Amino acid sequence: MEHSGPDGRTGSRGAYLDHAATTPMRAEAVAAMLPYCTAEFANPSGVHAAARRARRALDDARDEMASVLGCAPGEVVFTSGGTEADNLAVLGVHGRVGGLVVTSAIEHDAVLNPARRVGARIVGVTAQGVVDLDALALALDETATLVSVMAVNNEVGTVQPLDDVVASVRRAAPRALVHSDAVQAVVWRDVAVELAECDLVSVSAHKFGGPKGVGALVVRRRAVGALGAICAGGGQERGLRPGTENVAGIVAMAAAARATVDERAGACARTRRLRDRFLDGLTEAVPGMVESAPRDLTAPGHAHVRFPGVAAEELLFLIDEAGVAASAGSACSSGAIEPSHVLRAMGWRGPAVREAVRFTLGPATTEAEIDFAADVVAAAAASLTGLDAMGD
Amino acid sequence: MRVLVAMSGGVDSSVAAALLVRAGHEVVGATLKLWGGSGDSGCCSVADVDDARRVADELGIEHRVFNFSEEFSRDVVEPYVADHAGGRTPNPCVECNRAVKFGHLAVRARRLGFDAVATGHHARVQVAGPRVMLRRGADRQKDQSYVLSTLRTPDLEHVLMPVGDLTKTAVRELARQFGLRTAAKPDSQDVCFISSKPSEMGRSAFLAERIPLHAGRVVDVTTGAELATLDAIELVTVGQRRGLGAASGERRYAVRVDIASATVFAGSQADLLTNGVAFGARSWFDEPLDAGTAIEVQVSAHGEPRPAVVTAGGVEFARPARRVAPGQVVACYVGDVVVGSGIAA
Repeated sequence: MEHSGPDGRTGSRGAYLDHAATTPMRAEAVAAMLPYCTAEFANPSGVHAAARRARRALDDARDEMASVLGCAPGEVVFTSGGTEADNLAVLGVHGRVGGLVVTSAIEHDAVLNPARRVGARIVGVTAQGVVDLDALALALDETATLVSVMAVNNEVGTVQPLDDVVASVRRAAPRALVHSDAVQAVVWRDVAVELAECDLVSVSAHKFGGPKGVGALVVRRRAVGALGAICAGGGQERGLRPGTENVAGIVAMAAAARATVDERAGACARTRRLRDRFLDGLTEAVPGMVESAPRDLTAPGHAHVRFPGVAAEELLFLIDEAGVAASAGSACSSGAIEPSHVLRAMGWRGPAVREAVRFTLGPATTEAEIDFAADVVAAAAASLTGLDAMGD
Repeated sequence: MRVLVAMSGGVDSSVAAALLVRAGHEVVGATLKLWGGSGDSGCCSVADVDDARRVADELGIEHRVFNFSEEFSRDVVEPYVADHAGGRTPNPCVECNRAVKFGHLAVRARRLGFDAVATGHHARVQVAGPRVMLRRGADRQKDQSYVLSTLRTPDLEHVLMPVGDLTKTAVRELARQFGLRTAAKPDSQDVCFISSKPSEMGRSAFLAERIPLHAGRVVDVTTGAELATLDAIELVTVGQRRGLGAASGERRYAVRVDIASATVFAGSQADLLTNGVAFGARSWFDEPLDAGTAIEVQVSAHGEPRPAVVTAGGVEFARPARRVAPGQVVACYVGDVVVGSGIAA
């Protein structure tokens, strides 16, 4: 892709390697949503013809999402995004049935913070960033009502063993529902199959080529009745998510999801090859570089690394100036990079935490972008390492 | 030049950035995140970062947020707490400038390829031949050279303070002319990491969370008679009058604080007078001055300068003056030029 430079110059080269933060909208999604931003603007709850057309679009999108996510259409609850879906799962279940919530230490804040609010038990992970199944088993008991473990970690990209999690929960906490934040998974994993046993599944459109501000929570039959709305209003989304549906956004999400899933196998193989090429190139150019998790445990788009002695803030500054977009840790409301709770949970301590940088590829990432980015990152790391050695 | 300007979100650094842009420099703004939590009122609240970012937008320059909160904790807050625990009265703004802004930030700026760092301080950095001089700001009321007085020549070789030549009134007028949203923003006053909300008890609550506070007694410095007791010896500063339980008509001041015996020695204003101050640590801006050199010293951020002479281990006042609390920074000037500083022993 072509990107404008850091100061708005056009035509300069660039590489967007922050797909875990958000993705460019797919053409299919933009095309699908436009009519619902213009002529077909009606409220799907209305009784007139225009409303019925909006309703039809909403129902079609629900069918599409159900097909992509491997559930019945009536099990799809549209939300304003991943965060709301996660909150609805955690607070919706706890608010309705109480009990113990169990989750992992590497969840996104959208799960961790509501979970902490209801006194959740938080389970550790291995040094490789995979939920510790022994610790999970120990944390589970008959009082557990919800266990939430993400499908793919957003920072280091590790794929979590959901089959084992579900088995463990069914054995030790038969009452408990299993929720999985699959926000990072839709692009890379067959969510319909791999998360078929999860009772609740969160997704977010903008992580797979849809617009920001729309997502969904799958509420499988077993969870119905154990989940209440977390805000009060009209009866939309079977009472679980009141508020007029974001028809244009939902239609776009469905189109993006369909296109993503149709192309997934090829995109995975291609992206994994590019990711490995990127990491191999960097390893050669910057001998000290450390990969944060084994490649075979991570999603194809994730390259999470650190350059010992190089502060992530400084590396990101230099590569950003050269036109490469990447990220580190998580940004707080002021925009500052905060030390990652995920890396701490993996046992990282000291300066390493502030050296970690995340590059995330998407299905549209090109080989030219990857090669350009590898050159830029290697040059930045070299310049920062060199000066550091001379430093005061 | 390529200049990294530290933007706090206040009017001074906003105008500093604007002046550098107007002068044709390639300018990038950076706001430092130094602290979080309820006391985050000064340099690094979200609202201030928003102001800095929007000013940068108005000026058409890039803006970044640098997280120096670990460094700030380690190099500013922890020593501040340790000083209080030891009965000293620290000046964290001085340390923040020395260690963070002209330390970590300056090093980072060089690594990132900048030729200079700029700040919105009211002080003047002047190059005089091969030397750099640090002078008081043109606005004597707003002069901030005191909080920069522990810096040394090498720290300021690549530093610009574009508003140092201006009065505060002129800075605000320029901000209006530039159309900057921070033109009428009030100055920040307090220690940025300590909440100024009355409900949060400020400094005492901050310290109580971090060190044990010990009850102490107040005794008459002359007679040794016990005058009162107090809750936290660590919160008493030499020179303070409040909180010493002085019931009688005469005003009493803390003349000396002895942490080991948890005793405050209190006396009259006359007892507070002394002939000089010994330094626990001293630094010269450039060349050391000989003992006997006439200088002026300033013992607080906006205190009046006092005539003094350099001594081997500190300074001697020309006339008896209020004693300086241990831990306080004593800034030394010749005319309006900073020549060095000492930490009162």
